[in-house]
Amino acid sequence: MEESASIHPMLIIAGVLGGVLLVAPGLIWLERRLLALWQDRYGPNRAGPFGLLVVLADTLKLFFKEDWTPPFADRFVFVIAPAIVVLTALLGFVVIPFAPGFIVSDINIGILFFLATSSMGAYSIILGGWASNNKYALLGAMRGAAQMISYEVFMGLSMMGVVLLTGSFSLHRVVEAQADMWFVIPQFIGFITFFIAGIAETHRLPFDIPESESEIIAGFHSEYSGMKFGMFFVGEYIGIILISAITVCLYFGGWLGPDFLPPVVWFILKTFVFIIIFILLRASLPRPRYDQLMDFGWKIILPITIINLMVTAGIVLLRESDGKLPF
Amino acid sequence: MTNTGLVDYLPILLMFLLAAGFVGVTMVVTHWLGPKRKTKVKLQSFECGIESKGNARQAFPIKYFLVAILFVLFDVEVIFMYPWAVNFKEFGIPGFIEMIVFIGLLLVGFFYIIKKKALEWED
Repeated sequence: MEESASIHPMLIIAGVLGGVLLVAPGLIWLERRLLALWQDRYGPNRAGPFGLLVVLADTLKLFFKEDWTPPFADRFVFVIAPAIVVLTALLGFVVIPFAPGFIVSDINIGILFFLATSSMGAYSIILGGWASNNKYALLGAMRGAAQMISYEVFMGLSMMGVVLLTGSFSLHRVVEAQADMWFVIPQFIGFITFFIAGIAETHRLPFDIPESESEIIAGFHSEYSGMKFGMFFVGEYIGIILISAITVCLYFGGWLGPDFLPPVVWFILKTFVFIIIFILLRASLPRPRYDQLMDFGWKIILPITIINLMVTAGIVLLRESDGKLPF
Repeated sequence: MTNTGLVDYLPILLMFLLAAGFVGVTMVVTHWLGPKRKTKVKLQSFECGIESKGNARQAFPIKYFLVAILFVLFDVEVIFMYPWAVNFKEFGIPGFIEMIVFIGLLLVGFFYIIKKKALEWED
């Protein structure tokens, strides 16, 4: 690609890393403000304009808190688990095209790479919960692992609808293929199932059963404190940004938009719409029971994604053959 | 499909190293910055303020393991659909019919595990 040569890859990496790591703590402020708005209260409004400095205060507080590793825990695994969650979530951004040419690496297996990194996130939960040697942490870890792997099965499947229409795993190609029509129209069911899987993968409300506060304290990170807890927290927000960005790439035309705004701005605007939907879901939906969650995933969404995939394939084939069926 | 050389993976390695560096440095710095105060109660595992009893690593419901096994089965079968999805215009109608047969077999297995109540969470 000619455009990609114009920006130095190092600059892109710095931009992506810096941008994500700046936005992720900012989302904590945004989430608290929006939740407050929807629940008719003020939210953080004391430090700085609109309470924006609360981000800085939170970060500083995390830095100066005691970083405690429980003596009963498996030390090495306990330390490595929160690192994995941030690392894998950040790596997912490698394949996201923010604008033409503004992509860290336009590999031809972009979608597979995203699936691989997002499924690595399950390790952080199970390792963290197991290493904590705490009953609640173990419960949360088991729930989290079972939930994430269940929803991963059809996360990949629902993305395949888009791959069928594009014929490529490269997210760059996927966005370019949407020049005429956003894939949300032919792949509406795929979009819904993918987004549900995305919420379950980031274990956000209403699917935050691995850490449901009212029954198992904080679930898999009950024993974590200081910056190790902070890593889980930031990792969750990076996950939200990642899922929103991927949704925009796959179904909402990525950087495509009218000319009066540059492509990157379109991409960021669309991504923020989905981040706000994530927060709105948290503000409005109650948490289901665990068996309801598993039933919903396996018995309802999985068959729907398979049917969606086959119907999409059939329709594309019909279009290709101009209505003339060879049999 | 564009060809991807090994060179295209260099930025990924670079990103990995930078991200790992960020995570490592933050965790080491905060470990070094924070205070260290040890009290007897703090050194116990947290169980809602009740004295903790026994080891957390004890027998656990088999259901979770079963889900993991089902995941391995289904994910491996789903992975077969990925290469088909990319090349399916070349495979055309014959490929489509083959995939319907494949998914049919998969759904038979799926029906079987539902009938076996492998996905029921209530005993």
